Amino acid sequence: MDIVVCIKRVPATDATIKIAADGKSIDTTGVQFVLNAYDEFAVEQALKIKEQLGTGTVTVVTIGSKDAQKELRDTLGRGADKAVLLTTDQWMHDGASTAAALAAWIKTQPCNLVLCGRQAMDSDNNQLPANLATRLGFACITEVTKLTLENGTFTAERDIEGAREVVTCKTPAVISCHKGLNEPRLPSLKGIMAAKKKPLEEAAAQLPAATVEIVSLTLPPARAAGRIIGNGAAAVPALIAALRNEAKVL
Amino acid sequence: MSNIVVIAEVRGGQLKRPSLEAATAALQLASATGGKVTAIACGANLDAACAELQKSGVHQITAIEGATFANYCGDAYAKAIADQAKAAGATSVLMAHTAMGKDLLPRVAALLEGSITTDAVAVSFANGSFTAQKPVFSGKATMTVRALKAPFCVTLRPNNFAAASGGGSAATTKVAAPGGDLLAVVKEIIAAGGGKTPLQEAKVVVAGGRGLKEAQHFKLIEDLAAAFGPGVAAVGASRAVVDAGWRSHSEQVGQTGKVVSPPLYFAIGISGAIQHLAGMRTARTIVAINKDADAPIFKVADFGIVGDAFEIVPALTQAIAAIVASK
Repeated sequence: MDIVVCIKRVPATDATIKIAADGKSIDTTGVQFVLNAYDEFAVEQALKIKEQLGTGTVTVVTIGSKDAQKELRDTLGRGADKAVLLTTDQWMHDGASTAAALAAWIKTQPCNLVLCGRQAMDSDNNQLPANLATRLGFACITEVTKLTLENGTFTAERDIEGAREVVTCKTPAVISCHKGLNEPRLPSLKGIMAAKKKPLEEAAAQLPAATVEIVSLTLPPARAAGRIIGNGAAAVPALIAALRNEAKVL
Repeated sequence: MSNIVVIAEVRGGQLKRPSLEAATAALQLASATGGKVTAIACGANLDAACAELQKSGVHQITAIEGATFANYCGDAYAKAIADQAKAAGATSVLMAHTAMGKDLLPRVAALLEGSITTDAVAVSFANGSFTAQKPVFSGKATMTVRALKAPFCVTLRPNNFAAASGGGSAATTKVAAPGGDLLAVVKEIIAAGGGKTPLQEAKVVVAGGRGLKEAQHFKLIEDLAAAFGPGVAAVGASRAVVDAGWRSHSEQVGQTGKVVSPPLYFAIGISGAIQHLAGMRTARTIVAINKDADAPIFKVADFGIVGDAFEIVPALTQAIAAIVASK
């Protein structure tokens, strides 16, 4: 099976977000960037499927700046065969344009399966996998927490409100990966050495015209200062009074 | 004419409440654009859902009905909805940001070659263009985007709009669901045990963390949730206790779990790491109970009690139960 894994370089989860002078982007000074955590599940699942089948390829792709070479090398160190950087200087927050550019590239590749993280922890969109699948005409299962492959059929589980859905599909497919799917391996020392010799190709991303533009990026309104009602169980009546009379939620 | 479509989510014949919230947003947009709101629903038997949609005040209802649509099937729903949205002249398509909404609307947007924004907390139309606001960077920033391409497809975070209840007598147009092969098929829906209230739909979320010390002490959390009466409160958990194996990932609130926005949120024995705040900071009222007065959770909580959860929570449970019993 020829597997394409779509990844993204994003600020680390504990990064402090400051708004840049343009009011539309973040100030990246001192911000540490990492491989998007959900994409780690996608890379791991691709490697697992290749191991299960004993054949196939794992190609990792991203759209981003040259800085994303670091995250691509990271995935090669984990065991991916090849990495592709589709270059742009834009911050890819526009899910529809990103999906269009990825679909255009994937159509030129041998590919039966696309794996993605369920969402990137910068734009927090959760749009790309299903939008991409539709453009490719592939089957699609999103936010998968369990996945098996038997006789060419994928069986996946995904959480819905108050239940789990069991969904099956065949290739070609796009599957987006959620926490719980697997335990991602880290790059091994041997893997990191091997990664240096693996191909990392670059091409300009074929981005269509933007479909949305950022008007502003602001820090969220600070929550009004709360207060400590008191200490211990003795404070419960005062809390109840506050919830009834001030918050009016009881 | 700039019409708005709201996709109504129906599961097991039942209209999901967040769809009525999306209807409110759709009606607001339509009053700004001067257009009409069409609600589109998919399912096997939509009579009950359509009757409820009529009460919401939408102007038209399209019910795409048939046995093949009994369970959600993303590719077929998307195609049928996209066709109807085109026919309705939609310049914007709204849906709740639920498991179905997240899966379905990006497909509809792709078929309509439109733009899309997801998990929005506000949407508006002014000076001829649509804008939406959404949390980004795990809630550490808010982004406002303007649509450059129509239709503008938007999923809306639940619990940010009141449920629409404008009344009315919208006509329902029935459309036969197509048959044919599906690319992906729902084989089974396994209900969570005990008729639990889904976390994202709960009016009250009672979440517990490491401060409870042991998995079995989550009984305190469950008891407090139960005290609100059936169907009101759900149990949530911090990442630490999910990673420790005390609770299932389906209960995790935060960056790698669920985002909830209930009217009332209790954080009990949860320190308030940024990863947790990402999942609950848009809750309307936050109550924190923690023995550490310096815990970061107190910076976002509206009300806090410092002290031992093992003493405070049972007292709180009793007080809540008394209020519920008196209603």
